[in-house]
Amino acid sequence: MNIKATILDHEALGRIVTRMAHEIIEKNKGTENLIIMGLRTRGAYLANRLHAKIREIENVDVPIGILDVTLYRDDYRTRLKQPEVSVSNITFDITEKNIVLVDDVLYTGRTIRSALCAIMDFGRPATIKLCCLIDRGHRELPIKADIVGKNIPTSINEEVRLRMVEHDGEDAVYLVDVEN
Amino acid sequence: MELKIKHLLGLEGVSADDIRTILDTAVSFKQVLERPIKKVPTLQGKTIVNLFYENSTRTRISFELAEKRLSADSVNFSVSGSSVSKGETFKDTVRNIEAMKVDMIVVRHASAGVPHYLTKITDATVINAGDGIHEHPTQALLDMYSIREKLGKLEGLKVGIVGDIAHSRVALSNIYGLQAMGAEVSVCGPATMIPRDISELGVKVIHNIDEAIQENDVLNILRIQLERKAGASLPSTREYHKYYGITRERMEKNKKDVLLLHPGPINRGVEISSEMADGSHQIILDQVTNGVAVRMAILYLLGTRTGEEN
Repeated sequence: MNIKATILDHEALGRIVTRMAHEIIEKNKGTENLIIMGLRTRGAYLANRLHAKIREIENVDVPIGILDVTLYRDDYRTRLKQPEVSVSNITFDITEKNIVLVDDVLYTGRTIRSALCAIMDFGRPATIKLCCLIDRGHRELPIKADIVGKNIPTSINEEVRLRMVEHDGEDAVYLVDVEN
Repeated sequence: MELKIKHLLGLEGVSADDIRTILDTAVSFKQVLERPIKKVPTLQGKTIVNLFYENSTRTRISFELAEKRLSADSVNFSVSGSSVSKGETFKDTVRNIEAMKVDMIVVRHASAGVPHYLTKITDATVINAGDGIHEHPTQALLDMYSIREKLGKLEGLKVGIVGDIAHSRVALSNIYGLQAMGAEVSVCGPATMIPRDISELGVKVIHNIDEAIQENDVLNILRIQLERKAGASLPSTREYHKYYGITRERMEKNKKDVLLLHPGPINRGVEISSEMADGSHQIILDQVTNGVAVRMAILYLLGTRTGEEN
C-alpha cells in the first residue's frame, strides 16, 4: 500500500462519526422506524459505530443489519478476481421502515445500485437514505449521498482506503496509489 | 476464492479447498432461499441447457430452480420428444445445441464419461448431474453440506454408505468428496453389491449393518436401484430389508445417535422402513432443500469464473 496522504486519523474519524450520528437522528426526526444497515465489509463496522453513537445520544437501540451485495454486482465479467459471496444479516422486517444505508467510500455508485436492488428483495422500506464516510467523486450513476462524512476530490488513479480497528487494527482513512 | 476446476465432472481429484469454497458459498445461497424473494440477478444473460438423457425428478427440478433463482435462462432437453428418437447422434445433438450459444450444460446420461466427452466437443461449462454408475458430484456435495450443517464439521467424522455400492454413482462421489474433506468412509452391503477392489479407495468394508450403525456418525442409505438390475445381486427386496434395512428396532438395539441420509427416491420398506424415513434421525428433506443452494453455489462459481489463473 503506497500511502500518499492520511485523510483522517482516529480522532478525526471519531468526530465525524459523532456528527453523522446526529445527522441521521436529525434527518429521521428521532429514531422511530429507523434501521441502520451496513454494507459488508467496512460499511458494517462503520454502521456498528454509528449504532453505538445513536444509543449514546438517544438511549435507544435501533435495529442494525448487514447487507452483502456480491450477488447483485454487475461487474463479475470485468473483474480480475471472482468476489467471495458472504451472507447478509437482516433478522427483522424492513417493510415501511426508514433505512440508513452505510458505506465507507462512495465512488462510482455501482455498489449502492446493487445495495438498493438487494434491499428491495428483502421487502419494501418506506425510505432509504445513504450515509457515506468519504465521497470521492467520479460517479457513473445518478446516486447522491444524504449524509457525507467528508468530500475528498481524487484522481481515478488513486484509491481511498478506510481502515478500522475491528478489521485492520487501526482507525484511519488513507489516500493511496493504485497498485498495478 | 476462485475454483480451480473449470467444469464439475466428478469429485475425483477435486481439492478440499474447492469443496470448501462450494459449501461455504452455498451457505449464502441458502439464505437467499429463505427470503420472501428467492431470486438474485447474478447470472443474468447466461444460458444453461439441462441435457437429461435419463429420468430424474429431484436433480432436474433442483437444477432448474437453482438456474431460475440465479436469473439465468434455462432450456430443458429430454430424450423423449427430441430428435434423438429420429436417430441423431449425441455429438450432433450437442453441437446443434451449442450452435444456439449456450454458456453451460448440465448433463445426465446413462453412460459413464459423457460429461468428460462433452468438454471435448463444446466450449460450454459442463456440470455432471449423474453419469451412469460413475459419479453424481452435486448429490455428494449436497450430502456433505447437509452433514456439515447438522454436525458442524466433516473432518474426523465416520460416514458409512449402505446399499448397492457397485452400481451407485452417489457412493463413488461421496467417497471421493468425504475423503478429501478428512472424513473416514466405510461401505456396507451384501458382498454381491460391494466392488471387489473397493478397498483400493481406502474405504473399510462392513458386511454387518449393526456394526455399521455402531461404528458410524452418519449413514448414507442408498436406494436399491431395481432399474439397474439390482435384482440380480439380491434374492429378494424382502431379504435385503431383513438384513440391511434401517428400522426402528435396529436403531434402538444399537442405541446410537446416527444421522441418516438418503438421496431419494426412497423405496419405503426396502432400504429403510417407512417409520425411519420420516423419523427424527433423518434429514432427507433438508438434503433436498440444501440441494438447490448447493447447485446455485456451483452454477455461480463456475458461471462467473474469470478465467484468470490465480
